[in-house]
Amino acid sequence: MQGLEVRGLSKHFGGLVVSENIDFDLPAGARKALIGPNGAGKSTFANLITGILRPSAGTIRFDGQDIGSLKEAQRVQMGIAKTFQITTLFPQLTVRENLRLPILERQGLGRRLFMRADSNRSVEAEVSALVDQFALGSLADRPVLDLAYGQQRLVEMALSLALKPKVLILDEPAAGVPSSETHLIIDAIERLPDDLAVLVIEHDMDLVFRIARSIVVLVQGRILTEGTPQEIATNAKVRELYLGGSHG
Amino acid sequence: MKLRSYSVAGVMLFAALAAFFLFPYNLAFLTRIFIMIILVLSLDLVLGYAGIATLGQAAMYGAGAYAAGLFAIHVWADPFAGLVVGAVAGAALAAVSGVVLMRTTGLTLIMLTIAVAQIGAEIANRMREITGGADGLRGIRPSKILGIWDFDFIGVTGYWYACAVAAFVFGLLSVIGRSPFGLSLRGVHESPERMEAIGVSVFQRRLIAYVMGGGIAGIAGALSAQITQLVSLETFSFTLSAEALIMLILGGTGRLYGAALGTVVFMTVHHLAAANDPFNWLFVIGGLVLTVVFALPSGLVALPTSLKRLSKGDRHARS
Repeated sequence: MQGLEVRGLSKHFGGLVVSENIDFDLPAGARKALIGPNGAGKSTFANLITGILRPSAGTIRFDGQDIGSLKEAQRVQMGIAKTFQITTLFPQLTVRENLRLPILERQGLGRRLFMRADSNRSVEAEVSALVDQFALGSLADRPVLDLAYGQQRLVEMALSLALKPKVLILDEPAAGVPSSETHLIIDAIERLPDDLAVLVIEHDMDLVFRIARSIVVLVQGRILTEGTPQEIATNAKVRELYLGGSHG
Repeated sequence: MKLRSYSVAGVMLFAALAAFFLFPYNLAFLTRIFIMIILVLSLDLVLGYAGIATLGQAAMYGAGAYAAGLFAIHVWADPFAGLVVGAVAGAALAAVSGVVLMRTTGLTLIMLTIAVAQIGAEIANRMREITGGADGLRGIRPSKILGIWDFDFIGVTGYWYACAVAAFVFGLLSVIGRSPFGLSLRGVHESPERMEAIGVSVFQRRLIAYVMGGGIAGIAGALSAQITQLVSLETFSFTLSAEALIMLILGGTGRLYGAALGTVVFMTVHHLAAANDPFNWLFVIGGLVLTVVFALPSGLVALPTSLKRLSKGDRHARS
């Protein structure tokens, strides 16, 4: 199968079970969302897929290949990228320099000593394309720390996309973004390449229902249910979880 | 950008020429400044660019000095060959120690870098038959540079030789600083987590930077051995590492010319203050460092920008 295929994935921290027997598919072109209350194990699940954490049991296959034992950097090179929940950029570098870094590395130029970092045409073309795609043109030569938070989240996404991933995991892409800027994030996600498999981990239900074609609900490390936005919206257990949870 | 780097190079070359004619009786001191500039530049690559906190850059300086000195005495007295040997020795020590050190950060790393320099000093002290121990390594007589210029008593050859080597190192680091590798070091400095997420081995990048910095510090050590024709245990001293760090912070990190400026200012103030008041000169140095750290946290190179901001009434100098 093209894309991600997760079977029986479990993760224990000592006696604490944070992921329990998760089966999950993310084929090419998918737009899935992972939702669930705080502490449901959403970020743990993302970290298991990207290789930051090692699973206690289960398999993770990518394009048919078992990647469970590969390191984070190796999985990135295979095409699995993730944005950070807390913006993790290079604050003193300009937007262009931020984007240039992953592209240079992907093209294997990252250790070159005797060329200027901004002199490679194909790299610069990619940088400019990303700048345009995320509408960062007027800010491209400013240090990232000068940007508004919503704009930094866009750079965060652009940086992950610069790796030309096949699977992109967006870990709370709108967290901390003022609601007046949320549309920037949604627009950017809607413009992602069609063949890219996208998994969004998010609290903002508005965003989830706008983007996702399929929603997975995670509760206490287990998958409660999976379905289309309509199915999830009308699911009694999910309603109880969200409405009951917020009032109790 | 291009114009600016040419003008920086022009200003420095002019300063070297002017210093030569203005202070003909201080050539030994001026030569010492060039050697320190090279050491501080190596520190700027390691600390300013790659963000590797070290208080033991003297380890590689000492290794380069002893290696070049021994090479000149026992094998070949050619100065350039000596520089190469010094660079290799510095890089080799950085590689061997770096394999362990570059896996650590913060306080652990600082303590380990100090330890490596201390071990170097102790080895040089114990191996008296080879290194001369506490008496220092004597009898280094470098041959003519390119077979033409002999090292003279006044130090004219030494001055221009050191100036040329410093200019070469500065040029080399300027190129590397703008390269993809230089950019990746800044990336490692600013956000190692993100670099890993990009698919880069942060350990490997830090190790390469540390080895390069070690090679350049080794060149500085070799130069010192050839010009003073003596290598003492002081080359490994903690004071040297610490002073190099102060010079870098004084001038400003991550910009290379900050390293050069900081070295010139520190050593000149040190020289004048120590001559005027041999007992209390450290107060002057202390005051200078305090003033810069509080008023100009980005170092002396940020002075024009800070003044401009101050005159505009902007109290928030950017760090």
